[in-house]
Amino acid sequence: MTTFDLNDGVRALNAHLHGEVTGELSAVNPAGRHAVAVGATGAHSVSIDGNVGYYCGGMNQLADIEVRGNAGPGLAENIMSGRVHVRGDASQYCAATGHGGLVVVDGNASSRCGISMKGVNVVVRGNVGHMSAFMAQKGCLVVCGDAGDALGDSLYEARLYVRGSVASLGADCVQKPMEAEHLDELGALLHEAGVTGVDPAEFTRYGSARKLYHFDIDNASDY
Amino acid sequence: MVDHSWMRESATFSRPVIAEIERAARTGIYDIRGFGAKRRVPCFDDLVFLGASMSRYPLEGYRERCDTRVTLGDRFASKPITLDIPITIAGMSFGALSAQAKEALGRGASLMGTSTTTGDGGMTPEERGQSKYLVYQYLPSRYGMNPEDLRKADAIEIVVGQGAKPGGGGMLLGQKISDRVAGMRDLPAGIDQRSACRHPDWTGPDDLEIKIQELREITDWQTPIYVKVGAARTFYDVTLAVKSGADVVVVDGMQGGTAATQDVFIEHVGVPTLPAVRQAVEALDALGMHRKVQLIVSGGIRSGADVAKALAMGADAVSIGTAALIALGDNNAQYEAEYNKLGTSAGFYDDYQDGRDPAGICTQDPELAARLDPEVAGRRLANYLNVLNLEAQTIARACGKSHVHNLEREDLAALSIEAAAMAGVPLAGTDWVPGSRL
Repeated sequence: MTTFDLNDGVRALNAHLHGEVTGELSAVNPAGRHAVAVGATGAHSVSIDGNVGYYCGGMNQLADIEVRGNAGPGLAENIMSGRVHVRGDASQYCAATGHGGLVVVDGNASSRCGISMKGVNVVVRGNVGHMSAFMAQKGCLVVCGDAGDALGDSLYEARLYVRGSVASLGADCVQKPMEAEHLDELGALLHEAGVTGVDPAEFTRYGSARKLYHFDIDNASDY
Repeated sequence: MVDHSWMRESATFSRPVIAEIERAARTGIYDIRGFGAKRRVPCFDDLVFLGASMSRYPLEGYRERCDTRVTLGDRFASKPITLDIPITIAGMSFGALSAQAKEALGRGASLMGTSTTTGDGGMTPEERGQSKYLVYQYLPSRYGMNPEDLRKADAIEIVVGQGAKPGGGGMLLGQKISDRVAGMRDLPAGIDQRSACRHPDWTGPDDLEIKIQELREITDWQTPIYVKVGAARTFYDVTLAVKSGADVVVVDGMQGGTAATQDVFIEHVGVPTLPAVRQAVEALDALGMHRKVQLIVSGGIRSGADVAKALAMGADAVSIGTAALIALGDNNAQYEAEYNKLGTSAGFYDDYQDGRDPAGICTQDPELAARLDPEVAGRRLANYLNVLNLEAQTIARACGKSHVHNLEREDLAALSIEAAAMAGVPLAGTDWVPGSRL
């Protein structure tokens, strides 16, 4: 295993992640640094020992990144594939605009979790803050705890599964029935995220009412 | 026949104003259109050059060299780009424009050794393939954003705003959302696609500095990073962009075009390009960063005179959008009959948002788009860029400059008090610069 001491900066780690040699990597002393393990292009396995700042795992492709601590804003932003797993909490904009892959937060995620997501799957064991899944386009947001205000505001085709309470739904976001297809999908996501002892049947599904898909002056008050 | 010659039209309620009130009363919705501001604002036309005579001597117009090359992005990036001419093509999306139009822009720009820019919606293979230098826009929507294309780009432009609508986002209406456009944007075909007005994962200059750091890490500190702002509080916006770590700042004035925005936004939000250039240069000067962080100016650039005036005021390069589309064939009179069917006329067509552009440029309709031959249209754009460059060189030589960047504010005079105040150059025939802090 190769170890990178981030007290020397993030450049060497990130440059390695853009290279062709893949394998197990360890990063120590992150100390809240920004842009840790960003832009990975291969199937690396990266373990980060401590808390990270903004944009950890940003634009990840193929790599499996584990943060043994908390993550700052923009965790795994625009992730394309692979997996980013935070053992602690994640700050705002978690998995923003993510196109693919899986993001797992063992603790809570702050506001705007999954904002504008475009295919990524996000599993949060705890709660998510307000405006989560704002303008979310594709993919799934799974919340094992509660969701804050304005969940799924201006939602497109993303699927939201919440086990606990929802403070309020955003514009055009509505509750939808859990069909067998959704129970299967949710069960697979929970399994992939390593969440055990949770029954998919305990979740409620939310999605877009699709009323705002075409601008209509009669819907102006809905925004 | 009614004799109108004696009738007095209201300056307040002119016929266009009456027509807009009637339209609003009929539809109950604001007007959405493309193109840029149509109102007259102080602009580069209100400036003139003081050609050389006794106190300065000119360069020989057809013999002595006048260089036009410009290097962009050498502040932090290890691979800055050097363009042959100081005129670039502004960001316009695939979605707003047809794939053929995007390819034509790339072809024309490449023929002249300059760059073109993607837009909201991602990078198409046609555009990348035909663009020698391609600037990849990093927009709030992040439609089509991916790290592979990011690394293919010759520069990255973080779009904070645009001149037609500072503070506003965009809306690509459903009629222009083909399966291909929808696929690139990860949305269903045929629905309206909102482009957000602010970025999803950062707010403010402190965050932007961190965002730029992330993009530099992803691109191994090779790729120049631009920050584009719509002209509003330009002095402060440019100051903060530089503080955030931009290699290049792009300032887009209110005459800048758009594919689709509310008319009230286009005409009433933002400031003209003329004062924006002055304020941007003042900000760079105040930081000691003029020429170290390059300045690109856009919004209503039409001629080599406009180019030369922007450079004389301190810009390093300019960018064109609407003018480039016109060079490709937008609003050309050959389609007059079809413009008439749409209730408009060549020269007036601005419904870029509705996808029925007879010229095949602002459309995703396959039959209309096929009308535009990318090679022919690209050649027209190259011709036009060449004329702009030659005109700018002609003026620079007349002012005694061996590089267009040697043009300076002292070479300019203003024809109106407003322009003098906005541009910070003396009113012609005087040494009066209204509003200057002496």
